[in-house]
Amino acid sequence: MTTLTNRAKPVDRKPMTFLESIYLWNIFKGMMITLKHFFKKKATIQYPEQTRPFSPVFRGVQILNRDEDGRERCTACGLCALACPAEAITMEAAERLSGEENLYREEKYAAKYEINMLRCIFCGFCEEACPKDAIYLSETFAPSAYNRKNFIYNKQDLLIPDPKTQPEEFAQAKGLREINKKNK
Amino acid sequence: MYLLTVDWILLLEKLILIAIVVMASLLVAMYSTYAERKIAAFMQDRIGPNRAGPFGILQPLADGGKLFFKEEIIPNHSNKILFILGPSLAMLTAMMTCAVVPWSGDINLFGRTIPLQIADVNIGILYVFAVVSLGVYGIMIGGWSSNNKFSLLAALRGASQVISYELAMGLSLIALLMMTGSLSLKTIVEQQMASHWNVLYQPLAFLIFFVCALAECNRTPFDLAEAESELNMGYHQEYSSMKLGFYLFAEYVNMFISSAIMATLFFGGYDIPFFNESAHTDWGNWLAVAGIVCFMIKISIFIFVFMWIRWTVPRFRYDQLMNLGWKKLIPLALANMLVTGAVILWMHK
Repeated sequence: MTTLTNRAKPVDRKPMTFLESIYLWNIFKGMMITLKHFFKKKATIQYPEQTRPFSPVFRGVQILNRDEDGRERCTACGLCALACPAEAITMEAAERLSGEENLYREEKYAAKYEINMLRCIFCGFCEEACPKDAIYLSETFAPSAYNRKNFIYNKQDLLIPDPKTQPEEFAQAKGLREINKKNK
Repeated sequence: MYLLTVDWILLLEKLILIAIVVMASLLVAMYSTYAERKIAAFMQDRIGPNRAGPFGILQPLADGGKLFFKEEIIPNHSNKILFILGPSLAMLTAMMTCAVVPWSGDINLFGRTIPLQIADVNIGILYVFAVVSLGVYGIMIGGWSSNNKFSLLAALRGASQVISYELAMGLSLIALLMMTGSLSLKTIVEQQMASHWNVLYQPLAFLIFFVCALAECNRTPFDLAEAESELNMGYHQEYSSMKLGFYLFAEYVNMFISSAIMATLFFGGYDIPFFNESAHTDWGNWLAVAGIVCFMIKISIFIFVFMWIRWTVPRFRYDQLMNLGWKKLIPLALANMLVTGAVILWMHK
């Protein structure tokens, strides 16, 4: 019979000798292995205090972006909702009134913008679809919650902090981990 | 008038000693659970519980507190009296064994010489055997009264396992007793203090005794009575809250006591190695304290080995277990007994 790989080994079917059948020697060998592991470096990461570094392409929870003057970039065009394969995004558009130019970048804005984090699969298609650079995926993930309602993120949850009034929080939310490290 | 002749202070002394020993065994059992989790973690390249208190040393308290607040469930179709009796018996027999263990030499307090042993009965080993074999009733009664086929199966397994291994255990000890000529644990320790530890003369008997002790404590690889993966929890499947806690706790107390018995019988009890106690009688009570510390160190080493084995080997299959007990250990113990007897006869000629 031809074997599939060259790693195949014939099984030893000899009956056990008396020494083997009282298991002691083999158990002793096993105990030496566990003892070796006893003194090995531990693989544990103390989670809330320590975190593993994310990969550079990590896709976390969405953030609604602002421009450098702190105005919301989203124009409620709906392309992200259209691109979303999980249909997690809903929004309602509204027209910018005069006097609101410092709040919204263009004449149309999202009055309501919700992402259902239980549906979201973090594929990043919304970020790719957005023509205005208004939504992108950050380096944090959605925290756990006790009821479903808390997983529906509204605009206030998603909006990035204002770069004018809260520059540090803005930078952090932008995912600039270097600044994050400096603060520690 | 008869009551006046009773040595009341002796009674008080023994009561205090009993309280201390029981508390100490419970404390050791409590921290054995912590040690078990830590050792398991370390052998699996983890670090184990470390959140409750520094290094997680309050973890056993948290576990105990959790068990107390769990709901007490007594199944409808169980036998209620026996259902409660099961864990109580398991705990009781586990605690009773420590009565004959000599913890250390005598101490002098308030002008009295107090032996640090609750009862120096001259049939100490027989007493231990009697109480340990009672321990299986805890498993049997618990498993049977639960009215659950898994529990019953586990109880049957546990009982047959304990009975099979008790034979080999007894036989291995006979070889030792032929040498010591005494059943009193205190005398055995004193003999070892005068000459060498028994493990040097009877290594095979020790090995058999150790394997049987593992089986008696229902520890892996002999934990067929619990067998999480096949009998989902075994005899304590229907138990909850502190009744479950008692079963789990009794296992650790058993482990502590059997380590103590092994240290006493084979490793010189409270004898300090490479140190002549009789030349330092002027140390007084400190000698006894040093003896306790030494004894505890020996016990901890045994407990560590118990846990080390648990986290190394998987459970035996039932036929392997019976094979090992009846076809391997009992003949070995018998041969050991025969050889010891022959050597003793030859030496005395």
